[in-house]
This record gives sequence, structure tokens and C-alpha cells, in this order.
Amino acid sequence: MAMETKTVEELATGEAYKYGFVTDIEMERAPKGLSEDTVRFISAKKEEPDWLLEWRLRAFRMWKTMAEPTWAKVTYPPIDYQDAYYFAAPKTKEGPKSLDEVDPELLATYEKLGIPLQEQEMLAGVAVDAVFDSVSVATTYKKKLEEMGIVFCAMSEAVQKYPDLVRQYLGSVVPYSDNFFATLNSAVFSDGTFVFVPKGVRCPMELSTYFRINAAQTGQFERTLIVAEAGSYVSYLEGCTAPMRDENQLHAAVVELVTLDDAEIKYSTVQNWYPGDAEGKGGIYNFVTKRGACRGRNSKILWTQVETGSAITWKYPSCILQGEGSVGEFYSVAITNNRQQADTGTKMIHIGKGTSSRIIAKGISAGRADSTYRGLVRIQPKAEGARNYTQCDSLLIGDQCGAHTVPYIESRNPTANVEHEATTSKISEDQLFYCLQRGLSEEEAVSLIVNGFCREVLQTLPMEFAVEAQKLVGISLEGSVG
Amino acid sequence: MALLEIQDLHVEVAGKEILRGISLDVEAGKVHAIMGPNGSGKSTLSHVLAGRSGYDVTGGSVRYDGSDLLQMNADERARKGVFLAFQYPVEIPGVTTTTFLRQALNAGRRERGEPELDAMEFVKVIRRKTKELGITDDLLKRPVNVGFSGGEKKRNEILQMAILEPRLAVLDETDSGLDIDALKVVSDGINAQRSDDRGVLLITHYQRLLDYVVPDRVHVLAQGCIVKSGGKELALELEKSGYAEFLDAAAA
Repeated sequence: MAMETKTVEELATGEAYKYGFVTDIEMERAPKGLSEDTVRFISAKKEEPDWLLEWRLRAFRMWKTMAEPTWAKVTYPPIDYQDAYYFAAPKTKEGPKSLDEVDPELLATYEKLGIPLQEQEMLAGVAVDAVFDSVSVATTYKKKLEEMGIVFCAMSEAVQKYPDLVRQYLGSVVPYSDNFFATLNSAVFSDGTFVFVPKGVRCPMELSTYFRINAAQTGQFERTLIVAEAGSYVSYLEGCTAPMRDENQLHAAVVELVTLDDAEIKYSTVQNWYPGDAEGKGGIYNFVTKRGACRGRNSKILWTQVETGSAITWKYPSCILQGEGSVGEFYSVAITNNRQQADTGTKMIHIGKGTSSRIIAKGISAGRADSTYRGLVRIQPKAEGARNYTQCDSLLIGDQCGAHTVPYIESRNPTANVEHEATTSKISEDQLFYCLQRGLSEEEAVSLIVNGFCREVLQTLPMEFAVEAQKLVGISLEGSVG
Repeated sequence: MALLEIQDLHVEVAGKEILRGISLDVEAGKVHAIMGPNGSGKSTLSHVLAGRSGYDVTGGSVRYDGSDLLQMNADERARKGVFLAFQYPVEIPGVTTTTFLRQALNAGRRERGEPELDAMEFVKVIRRKTKELGITDDLLKRPVNVGFSGGEKKRNEILQMAILEPRLAVLDETDSGLDIDALKVVSDGINAQRSDDRGVLLITHYQRLLDYVVPDRVHVLAQGCIVKSGGKELALELEKSGYAEFLDAAAA
């Protein structure tokens, strides 16, 4: 079943998307298509315990009975789920034990993406797990973290080494029956990242996973699980890129977060999957389920996302605020240009007393793109004194794009306080001229104005990544004016 | 050769002729004032010089430093040293004045083949300039013009000019909306920036700015034409008699 991808580097020059190259590496794949055999193949490849295979199979059987959701404001041709590969991994005899054993071609790929995996060259204070197509290829700073009791490793490794923890928490926030894409993920997820921060430990560095889709016609289904025990803290960041291809590729990830008493997880995403070309050909379908459970008292989950890539984004990182006084925050920048579509937002489910949430969503549309904020704030009957503040701002560039805001507010407790503010604006000609008159080019001007518009959100990113994100904001909007 | 040479410039806005044949030379080292009543074409002139879109030049020419200014885009003009102090400075939420100015300064430095300044080097430039001008730098940490008072906005324009060090500065009604104290601060800022290699075009409705910034030449603009030019005493004359006679002259 091993096959060779003979693609040479097809870095298209002059294009804004600079991550569109393909790595020529020997891959091992599951047979094309999706069946119980595919699920068994993946599970066997990972040498998984029976309970996990059973779980996958339950998910798969359920998935066959489910229909793809159609409520989002996105349009795309029907996906043929049989016409794709569900597992692709760089061919190695055994999993790499250390960085020295990682295929140099892979190291070079990450180098090119600006993510050096050699520890001596790494960003100070950031540990990286690199996921290439379906598997994790390298995790840095593992030793140092292990000394503090922090587990940061590939999901497949966690299944072997920490089966009890994985079994306890996997699917406890996003059950396998959750929704069409999450259920599909539960059946075929191949790898991802597992993080466990023990009681009272403050993780001293940013943890980061870098997801890379390389193989053609392959879906990526990773599963991330982060558990923060009482009084612990961790900041985690994920970045994503993919080669430029004319076909659409499916990315259906699941992320589950759990915080116990007084624990805090800060989860940041800089998503830059290939968005397709200017006419909307190709690009990643980013259909992702992300959810955090604030189980403990005064625990906190903070989502920050900068969504600039993907042909279609369908994503609602959410918080279930169970613990008394727990806090959920969601900061989002979603940029759509050309033919991109984004339907994204959050859900804040207030269950516990005195829970509070804050939503700051900034949508930018340019070209002929459509961007929708869709959010739910639900106050359950027992959530005495719950509070929410929501602010949704949309910025339009040009006159052929769209911005839509769809907030759902359900309050079942009269003591709750829910606020919602929304604005829609355009980059004014006065602002542009003012910048031009000071010597900025049109593209620099747009980038500056948009960065200003997103500032509140970008400020929440870890410093190491805020600068990159700012650049990305500018690059994503290239060619949107003039 | 003068720094700025305007020859028989005709400009239309939406088919209506606003400037009807203006000729004017501004030499390096000189301050020229253009005075005129509302609707005489003062702001149109400043916008055309800065390269704002929406203005049709139907005749004449403008040369800047020997090159055809009208062939350049607005941002290119700025990088080559043409600065416009806006009558109504624009707000840019979320962008601090420091960030904005550093990017603007570096755009000009790139154009001239000079190395860009990093944040630390830029802070030094700011310290030096604010000291020279006697202007405080409290505005720099705030988002560009957001929530600024009228006086703060104009002060910020003058500070931007000081940092960008233009060769030609066009100040469009920089005195409008200022109380006497703010007018003094702004005027001092302009005076401190007078230099032998810089030409200044002061556009104003009122004479009072010219009490503080004494011009080398004064031109009266009425109904799209320069109807009279003279020395600084012309401004005082205008103050006494008003624009009425010039309006008649232009209409005739």
C-alpha cells in the first residue's frame, strides 16, 4: 500500500500564498475510500487497544446514518467521501525516537515553513509538535516538560503511554455522536496532540502544534485533547498550512479542552490553510469542532483564532461553563478574500452560577468573499448572575463581499446579564488617502487599517506569534483594493 | 528652477471647473500663503497637489523638483517629500500614532535607499523632534487621531511633518478650529521647521495665522484664480477690506 508521490516542488511564484509547495516524500496510505476496513486499518496501524477501535467503529456506524449539516451560510459541491484517502503518513520503519531520526526532508519542510524543529534553533520558550498529514513527526522540548510532569506528545503515543488518561477524557467534551464532521473524525482520526498539565503546574513555555497537509486527495483528521488539572495553566497554539492544489481537501479536526478548579487554558489558532485561487478553485474545507469544558470552579478557557486561510471555514470554538464562576472568552479574526467563505463564531453555554463570558469577533471581507459570525449565548436556569458581553464588528473592503451576523441569545435565568453590540463598516476613502499621503502603498495602508481593526484580538495572541499574525493579515488581503 | 512650479492649472470636480488657470512657483526656503474665501478652490489645490483621486486635471502642469508631479501616485509623491497637513485629519482606530509614523517614515527611507529604523531607533528620532519643537509626545501612544481634540489633531499633523521632514509642505487650513493657545503651539511648530531646503504652502482663510508664521509671499485665490499676489503686507490689507473686491474682480 506504500506509494510514492512524485510531485516536485510546485511553488507558484508571484502568488500570495507562500506555503503552497509540496514535499516529495515516500508515503504510506490507507486504501482509498471509507469503510469499516479503513477504520480497522487506521486503528491497526496505530496498534490501538480494543476499546478505542470499538469507539471508532461506533462512531463510523453512527456517521453512516447522519446527514451533512446545511445550516451554515456556505455553499460547496457535494463531497464524495469515498474519493479520498483517510490515512497518509511519511514512510518510516518505526516512529522516530528523537529528532535525529526524523527524515531530513521533513525537517527541511518545517524549516521552509519557518518552524525549525532543531531545538537549538527553535524559538525560545516554544515547544512544537509537528503533524505531517496523518501523523506527528516530531515533538520538541519533551524531556524538559516531562520533568515537570507535563505530557505533551502525539495522540497516538498518548494512547500507548497514557491509556487511562486518554480513555477518561477522549470524547468527554465532544462525544463521538456530536455532529457529522466530529463523528467522522472520531471514526478516522489519525493523530493529533495530547497535553496533560498536572495539578498546580504552570507550563513555562508555549506549546504549539504545527499541522501540515501535504499528500494529495487526503483528508486530515486530527484530534487534540488538552487537560488542565486543578490550579494549572497552559497556553497552546496551533498553526496550519497546506500545498496549493486544484482539488478541495477536507480537514475535519476535533479539539477538546478540559479545565478543572482554577485551571486555565489559553488556546490560540493561526489558521492559514490554502484558501484556493482567486477564482475559488481548490483550497481546504476546514470543518472543525472545538469545544472546551470549564468543569472546575473559577476555571477559564480562552480561545483566540486568526482565520485567514481555507476555502471554507466552518468552526465554532465553544465553552461549556459548568464550574461556578468559570470564565469563557472567545477572540476571533476571520478574514475572507476572493471566493473564500467563512461561517464561524462560538457558543457560550452558561450552566454554573456566576459564570461569565466575553466574545470579541472581527470579520473582514474582501473580493467576493462571504463572512458570517454565528454565535450562541445560552444561559441555563441554574446560572444565577451569569454575564455575557458580545461584540461583533465587520469590515468590508470593496462592494462585492458580504458580512453577516447571526447571534442567538437564549436566557433562561432572569438574573443574567447579556449584552450584544455589533457594527459594520467599510475602509473609508479618507483613511486610505490619509495613509497614502504619508507614503504607505495601498496594500500597506489596508494592512495597517485592518490590523488596527483587529488589534483587540491580535493582542491576545502569545507575543511570539502576534507579529506573524499581523503580517498574515496583510498578506491575506493582497490584491483586495485598487 | 523652483521646487514647485504650477503652470496654468485647470481642475474639474464632477464636470465643474474649480481651478481656472493657476500659476504659482514655490521656491525652497520660502513660505507662500494662499488666502481666499470659502469655495475659492483652496482645498482643491491642496488635494490635487497631494494626488487625491476624484479631481480631473484638464489643463496645465505641475512640476516638483523638476519632475512631473501629476504623473505620480499619491503615495509616491509622499515618499518623494510632498506632505499635506490635513484640514480634517482622519482617525485610524487601533493603530498607534507611533506605529503609523514609523511605517510612514520607513516607506520614505526605503524610497531613498536608506535603511529602515527599528522601534528603538525610531523612539530616538521622536525624542529629538519633540524636543526641538517643544511638542509633547503624549499623542504618539494613542491611536491615530482617535478622540483627539481639534487642537491635538493639528498638533499631531505638525509633529508628523517634523518626523517625515518633507521638502514641500502644504498646510491646509491648519489654523482652523484652534484657540489662541493651540494656534501659538502649532505656529511655533511650523516656524521651527522653516529651512532653506523646504518650501511651504500655507493655505488659510484668516490672516491671524500669518501674524505668527510670517510668509514671504501672499496670494489671493478667488473663484479658482489667483487674483493678486504680494508681500506679507497683502495679508493685512485683506484683513481690513475683506475678500469682496477680489470676488468682484474674479467675476469680471
